[in-house]
Amino acid sequence: MAPAPQPGVDVAATSRYLAFLLLLVAVSSARAAVLPEDRADLLYHSYSGGGADINGPSLLLRKKFAEDFSVTANYYVDNVSSASIDVITTASPYEEQRTEYSLGMDYLRDRTIINFGYTNSVENDYTANTYSFGISQDMFGDLTTVSLGFIYGDNTVGRNGDSNFEEPTKLRDYRLSVSQILTRDLIVALTVETITDEGYLNNPYRSVRYLDPSAPRGYSYQAEVYPRTRTTNSVALRGRYFLPERSALSAGYRYFSGSWGIQADTWELGYTLPWGEDWIFEFSYRYYDQDHAEFYSDLFPYRDAQNYLARDKEMSSFTTQTIGAGVTWYFEENGTGFIKRGTLNFNIDQIAFDYRDFRDLTVTGVAPGEEPLYAFDSTVIRAWLSIWF
Amino acid sequence: MNRLMILLPLLLLSACSSVEPWVKPYERAHLADPIMAFARDPVANNYIYHVYDAREGGRGAGTATGGGCGCN
Repeated sequence: MAPAPQPGVDVAATSRYLAFLLLLVAVSSARAAVLPEDRADLLYHSYSGGGADINGPSLLLRKKFAEDFSVTANYYVDNVSSASIDVITTASPYEEQRTEYSLGMDYLRDRTIINFGYTNSVENDYTANTYSFGISQDMFGDLTTVSLGFIYGDNTVGRNGDSNFEEPTKLRDYRLSVSQILTRDLIVALTVETITDEGYLNNPYRSVRYLDPSAPRGYSYQAEVYPRTRTTNSVALRGRYFLPERSALSAGYRYFSGSWGIQADTWELGYTLPWGEDWIFEFSYRYYDQDHAEFYSDLFPYRDAQNYLARDKEMSSFTTQTIGAGVTWYFEENGTGFIKRGTLNFNIDQIAFDYRDFRDLTVTGVAPGEEPLYAFDSTVIRAWLSIWF
Repeated sequence: MNRLMILLPLLLLSACSSVEPWVKPYERAHLADPIMAFARDPVANNYIYHVYDAREGGRGAGTATGGGCGCN
């Protein structure tokens, strides 16, 4: 299997086109848009499945000032305890914490909202600094909203137990989104996004396995080798439809492809049902399917079988299916003191991962490549309090 | 650069002043209902997109922003 050639990324041309679109949006006719409402959100999140437990809080504050500005601050923590299949077959279970701080500002001018953001994320072997810029414009009698965004990520990859290991990665993300009111009951949104990465894109702990008749199990491991560039494109179309008697149906599709050969389809369906004055129930289903990267194999025929080597299960062929349910309870809808209203929310999602060419190496006593295919389920919980003030 | 990519936005914007909104502002009560929002709660929404981004090869055209690996 030959590795994929890495196509050149014409970042300059993309940047010029983005600047052209920004200029067009900025000079087009203008009238009032609206800044997001002042609010505070306190979220507890939990992911549990496949031997990994990740949980923690997230706190978001958003406040307007001087009529034209709105600032946001977000504090987010992941407490990670991992004994996933990759970890128990090639390394040792571990615990770590990731902490993320974000600051953002929105500036409203007539029909245009301009936003800037900065995020800093730190864990013991990975540091990410992310800078974002976006512009959003209402047009055509406010039936259409066009948004353009650019994100630049400057990251440093480390490796625990190896203080000399430090590798940079850079990310550039270009995004165009158009939301359109089609009827008094139907709104759709089209989003196109191109992301380029360059630098050290491996996971420094992951290994590939290859046939080795001299090894007791019949195979041995060597470190993964990824290309040092990656470009991906995705386009998504989503819609929401207001049903009679006040409920909403949502549907979406995303197509994804990238220079590593992965193609993926994502389908989403949702139903939102209010109950009385104070309750909203939500139900959702999501189906995701991807083909493996061109340089992925569960079992290579020999050591250094090709230039690029991956056995990361995220690079394999697999399907995920998610069933979700949520409930929202509104309180203080008429306001009390400085509170305009509040909600208490609980969402639970059950995700089933089914791999088509990633095998479960915890099963022994079979020939290499004959192990059963890996599969696992995860439970995601989000519980949060929102207050508007 | 593809001519269409230049002409299409120009065409859209040139129509800006002449298009009469076919859904009038007073007809948008249903669309303004919170149940019609694509992402009612940004913190909760960003989190679920992050869950998928960290575990799937596909990415983008969602709503998540920010960094971090979280990929083990």
